Amino acid sequence: MRIVVDLTRCQSYGQCVFAAPTVFRFHGAEALEYDYAPNDALATQVRWAAAACPVHAISLDAMDDRAASTDGHGASVAQSQVSGGRA
Amino acid sequence: MSGAGRLPTAASIGQVVIVGASLAGLRAAEALRAEGFAGKLIIIGDEPEPPYDRPPLSKSVLSGWLPVEHTFLPQRADLDAEWLLGMPAVGLDVARQQVHLADGRRIGYDRLLIATGTRARPWPDAQQATLDGVCTVRTQADARRLRERLVAGPKRVLVIGGGFTGSEVASVCREMELAVTLTERSATPLAGALGQAAGTVAARLQRDHGVDLRCDTTVMALLGDGDRKLRRAKLSDGDELDVNVAMVALGSLRNVEWLQGAGLAADHRGVACDGSCRVFDAWGVVRDDIFAAGDVARWPHPLFDGAFLTVEHWSHAVEQAATAAHNLLAPTATCRPYHHLPAFWSNQFDVNIRSVGVPTIADSIVLTQGKYEEQRLVAAYGHEGRMVAAATINAPRWLPEYQALIETRAPFPPELHAADGPADSRPLPVGFPHHGQATHDLGVEQSGSGPGSPPPMPEPEEAVWLDPREPVGAPPLV
Repeated sequence: MRIVVDLTRCQSYGQCVFAAPTVFRFHGAEALEYDYAPNDALATQVRWAAAACPVHAISLDAMDDRAASTDGHGASVAQSQVSGGRA
Repeated sequence: MSGAGRLPTAASIGQVVIVGASLAGLRAAEALRAEGFAGKLIIIGDEPEPPYDRPPLSKSVLSGWLPVEHTFLPQRADLDAEWLLGMPAVGLDVARQQVHLADGRRIGYDRLLIATGTRARPWPDAQQATLDGVCTVRTQADARRLRERLVAGPKRVLVIGGGFTGSEVASVCREMELAVTLTERSATPLAGALGQAAGTVAARLQRDHGVDLRCDTTVMALLGDGDRKLRRAKLSDGDELDVNVAMVALGSLRNVEWLQGAGLAADHRGVACDGSCRVFDAWGVVRDDIFAAGDVARWPHPLFDGAFLTVEHWSHAVEQAATAAHNLLAPTATCRPYHHLPAFWSNQFDVNIRSVGVPTIADSIVLTQGKYEEQRLVAAYGHEGRMVAAATINAPRWLPEYQALIETRAPFPPELHAADGPADSRPLPVGFPHHGQATHDLGVEQSGSGPGSPPPMPEPEEAVWLDPREPVGAPPLV
């Protein structure tokens, strides 16, 4: 699976580090680093991490997102706003 | 086209071409599909790889924690785009609505998004720049090469330029217990982006971590041996270093060459667009079919008196791409203005450095919270008595408060009543170096008050400032 974290939005609450400690880690007190391509075996952990993020900074790839939305952990990639352009 | 007198709508847009297959290009493509665009989507990129994220290249990848193949960006499953990768765009014909590719093909568009971004500024001497051991970090391939060099355990690494990238590389070198010398032509590292007052903190961090930091110093020549391998570097302080790895971190150049002669308001400062991301042509007329986003775009920010800004930050690429994609499909009446407040982060020497707003227009800075000893600091930036930016070290959770002050143009210095405020908080001069003096990227750069305002003519003196090899102080006597 692939993920990306908006590190501008991230406020280093560290919930992701608790949820998926091999995917997310702190480098020093506040500097988050993470694996963009975690092993699929960690998918559940990563979805929990995304769901636990207080500022919703973690995005999962869309394929995973679709699967995830069935169990209520839909994150990221906005499916909304189908408006404006299509007249 | 729909009926006469009506603006075209999404239904009339058959083909959208995005030039630039990195973060902004990908996010724009995703936003187009999210907004319901069902036509053909073509993404052109000069690198052979699909979109990947660049920030970790100078951090987690270089340190070895993250394999370089692990930096690809997630994508929407239903993107349904045609990717033309490893294929530079070399020209644009706005009258025929065609992008020219390096292999001679011409790709027609109904709407075009320019998201070609920047590339690393090379060492100015082409002979020296191609010596074996002279590196930059901008692409996956660059990061892979530099990582190999660092793993080989060089005696000393030379980093040229004390901006964010240079500082991050120096930080990784110290983590790997490699000796590192960093040269910066202005008085402190990060001076171009945050000013010298804040830069003194960065300098202290570097020295505390064992970097041989040389400010007010530049590299005048890189010298190779008979096999064209880098051996020595001549510094402006008179020193000569034995080095076989030099990392050139002199900022970036905007990828606008392919637009030369296209008749757009595009030059080395970027591609000028309006607040809806529509690109201006050379006569100052805004085009309905060409948009720009990301590092390559310069646009008037309403919060900063309409000055044209270029912003080289991750969140800017993401936000502007989404806005450009929306406006590209939308009739003018439902256009969204782009007024994202610049914000960035950098991780170096075990701390997280953040900024929000535009520090580079500030005249004053004041320490508002924290202490160096606690490795936790917040500073506010002011311009003519108004808040324009804030920067933090290891205090990301404070930034939203400051962002609100900047967005409401609150008075500077701010009245915060923070419990951890310093006893004595006098504003200080912010200390930005002379234009061109800092040998690194500014992050946010102002460039004139209009799309066609000519680039400032370099004065004879300034031409000297713009060559990173030229020392700015007095030359050494011997």
